[in-house]
Amino acid sequence: MRFKYVLSEVMVGLWRNVTMTVAMIITMAVSLTMLGASLVLYKQIEAMKGYYFERVEVSIFLKNDATDQQQQALAEQLRNDPMVKQPVTFETKTEAYNKFKVQFKDAPDLVKATKPDSLPASFRVKLKDPKQFDQIAATYRGRDGVDDVLDQQRLLAKVFGVLGAAQNMALAVAIIQGIAALLLVGNTIQVAAYSRRREVAVMKLVGASNWFIQSPFVLEAMFAGIIGAVVASLGLMAAKVWLIDGTLKPLTSLLTPVGWGRILWMAPILVGIGAVVSGVTGWITLRFYIKK
Amino acid sequence: MIRLEHVTKTYPKASRPSLDDVSTSIEKGDFVFFIGPSGSGKSTIIKLLLHEIQPTKGKVVVNEKDVTALRSWRISGFRRQIGCVFQDFRLLPNRTAYENVAFALEVIGKSQGVARRVVPEVLELVGLGGKEHRYPHELSGGEQQRVAVARAFVNRPLILLADEPTGNLDPDTSIEIMRLLDRINRTGTTVVMVTHDSNIVNQMRRRVIEIESGKIVRDQPRGVYG
Repeated sequence: MRFKYVLSEVMVGLWRNVTMTVAMIITMAVSLTMLGASLVLYKQIEAMKGYYFERVEVSIFLKNDATDQQQQALAEQLRNDPMVKQPVTFETKTEAYNKFKVQFKDAPDLVKATKPDSLPASFRVKLKDPKQFDQIAATYRGRDGVDDVLDQQRLLAKVFGVLGAAQNMALAVAIIQGIAALLLVGNTIQVAAYSRRREVAVMKLVGASNWFIQSPFVLEAMFAGIIGAVVASLGLMAAKVWLIDGTLKPLTSLLTPVGWGRILWMAPILVGIGAVVSGVTGWITLRFYIKK
Repeated sequence: MIRLEHVTKTYPKASRPSLDDVSTSIEKGDFVFFIGPSGSGKSTIIKLLLHEIQPTKGKVVVNEKDVTALRSWRISGFRRQIGCVFQDFRLLPNRTAYENVAFALEVIGKSQGVARRVVPEVLELVGLGGKEHRYPHELSGGEQQRVAVARAFVNRPLILLADEPTGNLDPDTSIEIMRLLDRINRTGTTVVMVTHDSNIVNQMRRRVIEIESGKIVRDQPRGVYG
């Protein structure tokens, strides 16, 4: 009986104030979508960092006039270097040229203009700890026969920078929209409490417990939070279908793929966050609004 | 049943206390009038007994329990032992007489079965048999106050508080409401009534406590308005 009563009060409350309910759900949905996107991006960046740090190489390019002896000496030193992950691969000029031809097959003019001899040979070195690049560079740069030491990580850092900025932006929108959503929740609960002030007064008078008086309002707020989170989850799934696997496919295939698992996992997380945060906001509002 | 021990209540920003070191006690089954001019502090007593406000100093004891020391989550349970009616009835306009009384039961967790058994009984007791399904706007002022009394009494409280219950009623209707309160008092319920209706006080000849400027100036068994 009490459960039925509370439930019907929630439904009546939501319907009586339906424009506010819709506004609450929309802002909540936008905020949670952005929060979800931000979390997915965060996870994505973590995964990509792991993936690429496994694979990034430091290239030690040799001078064109480097002798076999110099090359042997470098190979020997690299083999015994504790910072270096074994085995070290050596890329000859021909191999470099062949790779170059494949990479730039869409620009035949460029390939034609490049002589097989003009690409430098290089050692491809993987580091045990990718952060130790500076030490590696210091050790090998300026050695006999070494032209330059290049770190792919430097390039990747820029990519991660862009992704990180996108993530921060999504988070900022999530927070701003989240504040708007919570203010709306607070306002809606106040309006609901006002429109039911007679019932509340009678309930307090005859000794209804606090949780019984407050639960319809809190549930109202939680309902909006949950629906908002469901909409947000659907939004993320739509983004997966049409953006990640659609428009942005060429870009995302270059990066590591975003799996369905990661998207689907967001749904329960967002529903939980939406329900708890809006419920708590509603409850706090009531504490101020309905005094003992 | 009710004891006030040196109770002083000063509202914030008020220049003088509404109640000033008031002590009195009311026994179980008593019928007591608190009388006095407007602003004398008599309604403050009702608010204190309901735990709507806390005394600035002193102790309020109801049913051997110190109300001032009541934990906040105990207040709702405490209020179930007290019925209360007001000058403005405080009925829910979108509910019938039956539903108004049943509401008081439902929100403290009683089943609909209990309501179906108890509510018609109490409506019969207050003389509203046959008008259970009328809405408040379809009832006269006296009838509305009867619904309010039914709602206050349906839980069989130990104490019935009445804050100027006849303030909005004509003299004849007032007498009828008083007869009803008298009947409830005869079931053993302690009745505390705040009023400045001299007619009623003079007719009832019950204990009268007169308050002026926050102090008890008269306490008389079988008293008159003065």
